[in-house]
This record gives sequence, C-alpha cells and structure tokens, in this order.
Amino acid sequence: MSTKTIVHTTINGDPVEFLCEPRQSLLEVLRETLLLTGTKEGCNNGNCGACNVIMDGVLVNSCLVLGVEAEDATITTIEGLASPDGLHPLQQTFLEHAALQCGICTPGFLLSAKALLDRNPDPTETEVRYWLAGNLCRCTGYDKIVRAVLDAADRRDRVTR
Amino acid sequence: MAMKENGHKNGYRVIGTRPIRPDGVDKVTGRAVFGADLHLPGLLYGKVLRSPHAHARILSIDTSAAEALPGVKAVITAADLPQVADKVKSLGESVGNLRYMSENTLAREKALYHGHPIAAVAAENIHVAEEAVNLIEVEYEPLPVVLDGREAMQPGAPILIQGLRTDELGKLGSEPTNVAAHIQHKRGDVEAGFAEADVIIEREFRTETVHQGYIEPQNGVALWNDDGHIHIWCSTQGAFAVRSQISDLLRAPISQVTVTPLEIGGAFGGKINVYLEPLAALLSRKAGHRPVKMTMTRAEVLKASGPTSGSWIRVRMGAKKDGRITAAQAELVYEAGGFPGSPVGAGAGVILAPYRLDNLQIDGYDVLVNRPKASAYRAPGGTNAAYAAEAVADELAEALGMDPIDFRLINAVKEGDRRADGPMLPRIGYIETLQAIKNHPHYRQPLEGPHRGRGVAVGFWFNWGGKSSVSASVNEDGTVNLVEGSTDIGGSRASIAMQLAETLGIAAEDVHPQVVGTDLVGYNDVTGGSRTTYGTGYAVHALGVKLNEIMRELAADLWDVDVEEVRVEGGVFSAGDRSITFKELVAQGSDTPITASAATHPKDAGPAFAVHCVDVEVDPETGKVTILRYTAAQDVGTAIHPSYVEGQIQGAVAQGVGWGLNEEYIYDEEGHLLNASLLDYRMPTAPDLPMIDAVLVEEAPTPGHPFGVRGVGEVSIIPPPAALANAIHRATGVRMTALPMSPSRVMKAMIEH
Repeated sequence: MSTKTIVHTTINGDPVEFLCEPRQSLLEVLRETLLLTGTKEGCNNGNCGACNVIMDGVLVNSCLVLGVEAEDATITTIEGLASPDGLHPLQQTFLEHAALQCGICTPGFLLSAKALLDRNPDPTETEVRYWLAGNLCRCTGYDKIVRAVLDAADRRDRVTR
Repeated sequence: MAMKENGHKNGYRVIGTRPIRPDGVDKVTGRAVFGADLHLPGLLYGKVLRSPHAHARILSIDTSAAEALPGVKAVITAADLPQVADKVKSLGESVGNLRYMSENTLAREKALYHGHPIAAVAAENIHVAEEAVNLIEVEYEPLPVVLDGREAMQPGAPILIQGLRTDELGKLGSEPTNVAAHIQHKRGDVEAGFAEADVIIEREFRTETVHQGYIEPQNGVALWNDDGHIHIWCSTQGAFAVRSQISDLLRAPISQVTVTPLEIGGAFGGKINVYLEPLAALLSRKAGHRPVKMTMTRAEVLKASGPTSGSWIRVRMGAKKDGRITAAQAELVYEAGGFPGSPVGAGAGVILAPYRLDNLQIDGYDVLVNRPKASAYRAPGGTNAAYAAEAVADELAEALGMDPIDFRLINAVKEGDRRADGPMLPRIGYIETLQAIKNHPHYRQPLEGPHRGRGVAVGFWFNWGGKSSVSASVNEDGTVNLVEGSTDIGGSRASIAMQLAETLGIAAEDVHPQVVGTDLVGYNDVTGGSRTTYGTGYAVHALGVKLNEIMRELAADLWDVDVEEVRVEGGVFSAGDRSITFKELVAQGSDTPITASAATHPKDAGPAFAVHCVDVEVDPETGKVTILRYTAAQDVGTAIHPSYVEGQIQGAVAQGVGWGLNEEYIYDEEGHLLNASLLDYRMPTAPDLPMIDAVLVEEAPTPGHPFGVRGVGEVSIIPPPAALANAIHRATGVRMTALPMSPSRVMKAMIEH
C-alpha cells in the first residue's frame, strides 16, 4: 500500500504536485499533505458536505474523490474563494447575515453556494434550499444561510446589470 | 431581516447592533484553526479499538501483533490508565463519578455499549493505526443486553454495574440494580388536587436516544513531554474542564496540564466530557513523547460519544372548567447509558415548570442501559420532558374548549412563584412571551386547508451564571485587546466584546477579543448552560468598570483635579466644563500601561422561557410532516447581538424539529447501533425547514446583570417536538405519543386511528 503516485493538479490557480497513496482521499491529501485545512471533515462518507470543493467546475465531496483521481484537475478550495481585491460576495453576505455560528460547515456551504450561483445566478429560495440539501449545518437552522445566498445573488445581479 | 444599526431602545450604543463578528473573516476563508486542523512536528495519529458487543466481559487482550506492525509507536489498554477511586466530579453541565469516567475512557472488565473503547494505537499515519487496531485480539464473553430503561428496572434484568446501588431519595439501596437514582419533587396533596379537577388527562410517552449532531467530530492532540508536562489542544466547550479531567484521569498535577482550546465545530453539550484526549496523552508518553492526534470518525461519534437519553414519561394533569390546573404528576425514566448520569434531574425540574401548581409530584429515575453514556445536549433533559407535559396540557386545553395560549396564560408562573425543584422565580418574561405569540400575525391568521394543523408549546430552562475570568490591555491607539477563556461556539466573541465596548463607550470594532488556554487566563467554566454571554458578559462589565477607574485617574492627572471630580459616561470623561473621550485620553499617554483583569461568579442567572407556534401539513398517503410556518418567541432579557440571538433560537428550533420528526438511535436486539451515519441518522436539511421567525421578547431584562442579559442558547430546543405533536393532532386527529414522529410512525398511527 505504500507505493505513491505523483499527481499534477491546479489548486486555487497554482500548479500543485503531490505524492499520494492509492487509498488516500482528495480530502486527506488537501488536509494532511497540502495543509489546506480550510476544507473540513465531518463524516468522510459524503453525507455532510463539509469537505465540498469545486473540481473542474463540478461541486464534489472531496472525501469521495481519491487523490489520484485529481490528476490534471483544476480545484477550488475555500482558500481560493476570495480574490486579492477582497472577499467573494458570498463570504461577505455570510458575515453580514450572521450565517455561521461555529463555522465548521461554512467552507462547504460557501463552495456549494458558489457552484449554485455560477450556474443559476438568480435562484429562488426553494432552489437554494434544495441545492444546499447536501450540506448539513447543525447551528443555524439554515435560515440565515439561505438569506445570505439569496442576498449574494441579488448583489451580483445588481453588479452585472 | 432589518439590520438594526441604531442601537438599543434602552439607550445603548453598541448593544442591540449587529457588527460583523471578530472571528468572521477567518471562518469564511478557511483560515480558522479547528481542533483537527493542528499539525505539529513529529505528529503521530491515534486510533481507538471499540467493542463490537453492547455488553460483554473482556477476558483477554493481545496487542502483540499490533505492536509488531511497522509504523506503530504505541498501544494502550486500560492497564495503562491509572486506577481512580470513586469521586463525584462536577463539570458544570453535568456531574459524574470519576471512576465511571475512567471506565468510559477505556473499558476495564466489561464493555457496556457498542463502541465502548477497549484499546488505542498510535502510528505514523492514520492508515497504519487503523490496520494495527484490527490486529488487536480481544476475547469477549458476550452478556445479555438491556436497551430499554423500563426493562432495565425490572427484577431479573441484566445488571450492568454489579456494585451499583440505587440512591433512593438520598438513601443508598442494598441490592444490585440498574437504577442509579430515584429523585422526587413533591408539593401539596396531588390526590386531593385531582379530586377537585373537572377534567383529568393522563398519557404515557416514549422518546428515543438522540445526538447533538455537531458537524465537527471529537478531536484532540496531546503531547506528554519529557518533563512530565501534558499539553492538550482540542475542540472543547471548556479548556479548564478538560484540564481538570486530564489531571484526575491521568493522576497528573493540575500545574502539569495545559489545555489550549482551538476553534470548535459545534458542541451543544457534547464536548465537555473528554473521550480522546486522555488516550492521546497516554499514547504520546508511550510513543516517546511525540505528539499524537486523534479524531473520531462519524460512526464513532454516533456510537460512542455522549448522546442524550431516550426516555419513558407519564404525565397526569387535572384542571377545573375555568382552566385552572388543580394537580399535576409526572414520572420520568431516563436512560443514562452504560454509566449513571442521565439528565433526569433537569427533566424533572423542567417538566411542570411553566405552570403554577399547588399540588404536584414528580418522580425521576436514572437508569443504566447498554447504550453510550449520555452527556449534555442543549437544555439537557428538557425536550423529552416538555414533549410529554405540553402534549397533555394541549389535550387538557382542548378538552376544556380553551385556546392553548389562554390556557397557559391562566396557569403561567410569574415572579415570586416557587419552582417545583425549590427556587423562587425572579423577574421573568414568560407572560410577555405568551402574549408575543398570541398577538403575532402568525397566530392571529387562521390556518386553512386539509391535513393542516397548528400547534403551540412552551418551554422553561434554568440557565446558569458560572465563573469567568477576563483581562484586557489598552493599546496606544485606544483600542482594547480582550483576553477571555470562554470557548466561542456561536458568536460569543462578538457578544462579549460588545459588552466591554458598551461599558467603555467605544466601538465594538475597537475591542479585539481572543480566546486563550488554561495558562493564559484565570479559570472559566464551560461554554454551556446558556451562560457565556451572561456570565462572561458580567465579567467584562466588571473589567470595563476597572479600566474606567484607571482612565478617570488619568483624566484627573491630566486636568490636575481630584479623581472624585471626574465623571465618566458613554466613553466620555468630564470634570467641570472639560471633557475628553476614551480614545483621546489614551492618546495623551500614560506613565504605566493600562491593563486590568476581572473574575466574577454571579450566583443566579435569569431562567428562560420560549413559546413556539408551528403550522404543519401531514401527507395522508405517506405520513410525512411538512412544516409550513414556524414562529418562536423567547424571553431573551436583552439581545446583545440580535442576529446571533435569532441564530440561537433558529438553530435550537431546527434541532428540536429533528428530534421531533426524524432523529433516533436504532439498535438491533443485540444492541448494535444500526444507523451510525449522517445519512441514516436523519438530521434536518435546508429543504426540510422553512424560514424560522425568531421573536425576541426584551420586556424583562434579567435583574442583577448589568445589561439585563438572559441566556438564550438552550430553551428553544424544548418546545418543538411538543408543538409539532400538537399540530399533527389538529391536522390528523391523532395524538402521537412517541418520538420521532417519522412518516412511518405517523402513517401507522393514522391507519390505527
């Protein structure tokens, strides 16, 4: 089991190479090998969404992707969401709406919400709720999270008009 | 949601506003370091071997194959854990016997539940540790299992702990038993009271074991250094509670233990007791003093951390035609798990608390079963209790033809009434909270449509003050660094910093709070019991008063006047016609650095009340309950940061809804947990819930607190299952007397109805 493979990726815009064992998940590689610990582990079996990252434009549970499957992939993690100009609108609205309490699920929610707004810039409340069904939050009851996502969509809408 | 930025109606400038939390940016950028995020040089990874049996004698453990696996650095069993004597230990939200805590850390002679720790391994990486755990050979003698509290009370039931004797109203019994304690509250003459009643309702209820469901699993890193000093980094509700447990369980002097709390991903009562930390410390010592990190898998969290008790409850209530309750009686059987210590005491205190009663009797039983040892879960014991009492109250009101809110108004406790468990109630806002629902557009608008129903229920919670220590230093630019020891689980850095800012008359953003470990601040009780914004807020007010005294002296020096002449209000210091702001005064310079510290222990905290109203629609073909609208009013004293107060209420409602509709531990007959994943342990998701309207009732600031703060974290988990049951009854005609009210159970009840 100790044979390692070299994997070439682009993570948050930078070329990143890492060595990993076939049995290591992308989540483990991000957290333990690359020390990108903003991606969280809540269940390690795809039920909670805390480990969500965007891989080649698709929202994935990084605990369900093997590290070796990331060869040639382009990955966005929470560490890559803000730009040098400032926070992503979702990060800003999450702060303003108090859409986090403990904050452990927040990175996953932010990536999930970004993936939603990237494909549906003007979602309804119901669309937001169903899109976020794969992300568990135990602190907020989702109320302020849903409001923060809708508000971020509104703000982006205003900017593009 | 209106962003109220003009401050509070009571003239506060900071309190009542909604600033962005100080730790916010770190938490939306992934920069915040949670317990499992810590990496140290030379780090090893630990893994626990757990019992596959719910009840078994441990005959032998052979660790030799595990020790021989390359990459394994240490293996421990209970033989490595010091023997500790019986000693009652209080951890704020819970009380336990130290010997049982030790046996829950690593089983000695018997495994008492599926997942009970048996041994642990430290290795170069987690995969090797997992392989090594599987190489440990344990010989078990499986024993008969008992999972239900009332069955465990029967003669002939399998006995979990041979030496256990019932604490029967303070006297110790003589026979082996699973009943750890029988408690009782009694007042007046219940039979005479029931004789006076025109209507009597009596019902029995069953609730299942449920889990806090925090998204971050338990974790901890330990370094037992060569000099004997133990350093723990972990996610905990209280670093000092961890220090004390480590010291006691490992028999290390408290001065040799340092605990650094890292960011914590939810807790709700479940991260007070230690599970992994003592194991990581023992492994660290045995592995040549290398740091050891341990994290639970989700299955381990569900199987073997501390969920809250399943229960059986009987409630009997009688009332006159005018609605007045003449007598009430309750019997509560709470399942403690493998060791004593269910929250039945709190349940017994909560169950009839919203009602003025001349005649009452409450009996509570703490009963061992082959399930994991229960630990605190948000208003521990309250939700099960209120589920039973509030359903009976609803049925009584219905039988009397009364509006359920009016029925509660007639019987509502108020200031000066005595609680069932003894203490006199101080000023509370319960009646105002009932009125808030009665007058709310939600309650005033009739619910229409088939299969729909509206339910209401109320809840009471004690709240807690507790000990807090804080310190502060004033920077040259007039900002303030605040050092606190209260773990921030839901925005308490903000609410604490805001109270210091209010006291000093400076902006919330000018206070920079930091949560530190046990070496860097005085003792702090856990973040629990809804105490932090109340108790640590109390401490920062005292701290601010001290800083203001120093500043007055600075102003007196500056103006060459007597210090008595200097007044301070809202951050402005004045004497005669001269005045200067806090920041300007700091800019004048000071010979000595401006620092202060404060330690406080308010003895009482104002108790909290919540009144909830929910509309549901029940699918007649599947039994699925859909929540159409939810309004939760709560007596909050003074809301420091209203967004986070609303958040506490909304989150508590969501947990209560999960408890009411879906969540349960499902065991097979041998006591194996069958649903140890977040797919099968079904917590509410975003599409399961509507927006939750949190109504903050600020009519009754808590007496004795400088800002009238009332703990808000817990009470709103109490009413939801009862409110849902009452709503389901109106929608279907069926009274659901068991939780969870999942589709299959509701469907079955509708068919049988």
